[in-house]
Amino acid sequence: MDALDGNAIAGVLFEHFGEEMTMTRGRCAHCHTASRIGELRVYMRAPGAVARCPVCGKVVMVIVQIRGEPRFDLASIELLHPI
Amino acid sequence: MELTDETARTKDIVLDLPDWVGHRAGQHVDVRLTAEDGYQAERSYSIASAPEDGHLVLTVERLDDGEVSPYLVDVLMPGDQLELRGPIGGYFVWEESLGGPLLLIAGGSGIVPLRAMLRHWSAVGSSVPVRLLQSSGSLDDLIYRDELLDGAYAGVDIRVALTREWPDDWRGRRGRIDRELLRELAWPPSERPLAYICGPTAFVEAAAEWLVENGQEPGRIRTERFGPTGT
Repeated sequence: MDALDGNAIAGVLFEHFGEEMTMTRGRCAHCHTASRIGELRVYMRAPGAVARCPVCGKVVMVIVQIRGEPRFDLASIELLHPI
Repeated sequence: MELTDETARTKDIVLDLPDWVGHRAGQHVDVRLTAEDGYQAERSYSIASAPEDGHLVLTVERLDDGEVSPYLVDVLMPGDQLELRGPIGGYFVWEESLGGPLLLIAGGSGIVPLRAMLRHWSAVGSSVPVRLLQSSGSLDDLIYRDELLDGAYAGVDIRVALTREWPDDWRGRRGRIDRELLRELAWPPSERPLAYICGPTAFVEAAAEWLVENGQEPGRIRTERFGPTGT
């Protein structure tokens, strides 16, 4: 399956956080590399969006829509201050 | 709203948005369609116009198995309402202050956000050197064909690769963009070029990999993958 970039979830993240997030860095809980949200590999065809670390490939973020509302699993990413 | 055919499969949707907050070149908007039964579908479309342009332009390519693009290209009429969210994105954005030299690489409709960057470059009278590599199936499929081939961006080095068919007198590249072509046309790594690559996922990943092989700093390559579709 072809990956997209973090750009693909920029809209839903913008709505959730109230600000542009693709330039924000997030640290992967698995390999501890900090990447920009825009650099994450995003798969949209699951029943939701799955974002993987561009370095180690492990899942760092899951977004699912429940009754039209997005729910976020951010347990595997530590969001750092926007640069 | 005005609609203009760009190619047989792509249309410019020109929007007059009096309350538009403004955007940066390379950003996108999310377009949401709602059916009568309440079913909603949402897709992202790159903004094709520069911040300095008077209107917001979306260039949309019809994907035959798409949920949103066939409606936007074939059904939408002037005067219809569209639900937009945006502008969105900050990563795949170029502004004059980011400098260059700029290497823009597009596969098919991946040209759309790069065209916004070219128009911004032009509007601000930038002196940043720019080279554009565009891959397209044929001349008929080439989005912004007149602009790209007739010198609308004086000073930009524009190279077009036609991958499927080309006129007998075609002087550009015949065939795909490959490793050798990129090695020849990428700016020397010592100039610390800034590269933006947009197009189908496989195209973007190959181009990015070849640039890195060529010595380009990975941190100065920004990508936007469109997924499996495109040329």
